[in-house]
Amino acid sequence: MFTVSLIVFAASIVAIFSYGLNFDVDFTGGSVLEVEFTNGRPPIEDIVSVFESSKDPIVHATTVTPLGELGLVVRSSDKTNATHGVVTSVLLKNWPEAGLQERQFDFIGPSVGEELKQKSITAIVILLIAVLLYIAFMFRALSRSLSLWAMSAGTVLGLAHDIIIPIGLFAVLGHFAGVQISAIYVAAILTILGYTVSDKVVIYDRVRENILRGSSKAPLADLVHTSVMQTLVRSINNTLVVVISSLAVFLFGGESIKYFALALMVGIALGAYSSIFVASPILVWMGKGKRT
Amino acid sequence: MTRNAKILISIAVGSLLLFIYVAPNLINRIPGLPKLPERPFTLGLDLLGGVHLQYKADLSNIGTSSPGDALAGVRDVVERRVNYFGVSEPLVQISGTDRLIVELAGIDDADTAIKLIGETPFLEFRDGSTLDAVPTEKDPYGGWKSTGLTGSQLKRAQVVFDSQTSRAQVDLTFNDEGTKLFGEITKRNLGKPVAVFLDGVPISIPTVQTAITDGRAVISGSFTPSEAKLLATRLNSGALPVPIKLISQQTVGASLGKQSLSDSMRAGIWGLILVALFMLIFYRLPGITAMMALLVYLLITLAVYKLLPVTLTLAGIAGFILSLGMALDANVLIFARMKEELASGKPLSISLAEGFHRSWPSIRDSHVTTFISAFVLYAFTTSIVRGFALTLGIGVVISLFTSIIVTRTFLRAMIAGRLGRYTWLFS
Repeated sequence: MFTVSLIVFAASIVAIFSYGLNFDVDFTGGSVLEVEFTNGRPPIEDIVSVFESSKDPIVHATTVTPLGELGLVVRSSDKTNATHGVVTSVLLKNWPEAGLQERQFDFIGPSVGEELKQKSITAIVILLIAVLLYIAFMFRALSRSLSLWAMSAGTVLGLAHDIIIPIGLFAVLGHFAGVQISAIYVAAILTILGYTVSDKVVIYDRVRENILRGSSKAPLADLVHTSVMQTLVRSINNTLVVVISSLAVFLFGGESIKYFALALMVGIALGAYSSIFVASPILVWMGKGKRT
Repeated sequence: MTRNAKILISIAVGSLLLFIYVAPNLINRIPGLPKLPERPFTLGLDLLGGVHLQYKADLSNIGTSSPGDALAGVRDVVERRVNYFGVSEPLVQISGTDRLIVELAGIDDADTAIKLIGETPFLEFRDGSTLDAVPTEKDPYGGWKSTGLTGSQLKRAQVVFDSQTSRAQVDLTFNDEGTKLFGEITKRNLGKPVAVFLDGVPISIPTVQTAITDGRAVISGSFTPSEAKLLATRLNSGALPVPIKLISQQTVGASLGKQSLSDSMRAGIWGLILVALFMLIFYRLPGITAMMALLVYLLITLAVYKLLPVTLTLAGIAGFILSLGMALDANVLIFARMKEELASGKPLSISLAEGFHRSWPSIRDSHVTTFISAFVLYAFTTSIVRGFALTLGIGVVISLFTSIIVTRTFLRAMIAGRLGRYTWLFS
């Protein structure tokens, strides 16, 4: 299992570096217009060719993607909010009978996108520091029976695993399915981080409890195994309720937060998995010297 | 009466009161009861449909006045302009040191709103040319010369209707300086045309009949009533003290908002049904108590949303649904520990106490770490993420209460009652 994790983890890093992340206009700045043709969408090739032959530089530079049965999404990297006006007028002029209806329009100035990037990075850094402080604080009490290094390494690597793999997944989805990373993904990543860290602490806490009970003089590996087994059902059920509620959002919550729910689901499920198959083996490998 | 029974009764009464507060519309359907006031939840623009605009004010040339004052001045002007739309509760808010946020619910036409908010109309009176003057590249005003009378010397503008043609006109009242100037202009141009320019375009070129000294004038261009009203509002709102620039815009159509709202309601109901099934299948009787605790959780959370109020957005509702799962989390921990203790042969009531006692550190940890995440998200990010962080954070705090106090009370009551004899129901 550990090997599987290692392979998926490595693959995710490769995916992130080779495909890059497909950031939404939230981060890059630009405009997204979503419209619907209530009387049926004209063939997408026609729309593309009309846009490509347009003399307006903004319309010419847009990318269009179909959305569902009747919808159309038009993206532009223009630095003003002019996209809305020029694109709708081109659509209305060419397909006056198509029943064009605007659904939403977002325009994000370059400075706002840059600011969101800064804020997201700040938030991630601050949360990482907070989580590390929390781990240090929690593990201080445990460090009499377990190696502090082993616990920290197990937790941090486990967390890296929980975060890198969903990001890798979105690098792949972004490359092949055009799924874009918007502001709300930052929330998904930070929620995963906060939620899954406690899972690892719970297992280590159980290991300590078993050591202190001292009923068995078993080697650490066996103790960790017992502790994992004891917390297994709880870990899985715990994760399942949260995954189930994210699943409801994924299935029924509508297009705009669908992939946000997917990221949460994957990350939280991975969190339970990595507590068992990543954080615990590392504790055993690195913690061998400590027990007396 | 035992202490537990007292708590049980307070929970029941509290829940009923909360229910009345959260869903008065359901109570009002029962005939024969006095009608309760209905207060709706506060919905965000992505669920209502509307326009969200963010402006950046250019504060580089404000001279001696403070940036805060200049920005407040911008806000006041924008507020006056926005009132033209007549939307309920338009939001005009200063954000940070140089930002202004404008939210207009239920408006589809963002372009008009942007024009109205950001552009100061420039009205001026010009003379010295003829009706058939043609603007050229060299002289865009076609020979019309500035008289020095502009919109800044206006006291008031209002829409009036011509008594004969019933067409909409804009009635202007000048201030003292404007009155004097206008008097001079009309004296000077008796029998000659005077042009009224708006943003560099002549909108009306009347011929002066008499000298006007009372400081009143009527622009009778070919306005529709709404155009006339728009012009009057723009003139009345005054000039912006500093220039502002639109830096982000979100427009959500009303139909999409409605769809998002029903989608998230559906997701919420399904989330509730799915976790309920899960708990019942895996934990039987304790599962039922967990569901009851979850209903109490639901009532308290919704009441808090109404009370604060929390503006519910798409992301916010996602956070709420996620928190449903997390609220059950603690129950899962407690029940798992309880099962273990029961399996080791302890009696039911001791297993219950041990289950709570031993799972407490884990419950505390998972709540604390999730709360830290929510807090960091709320404090350090931007609007859409904050909505999620707020509902998640509120959920974490409330679920700590319901999963400990409410679940324990329900379980104790069951064990004390007849059900306590059937240990298998709990294991």
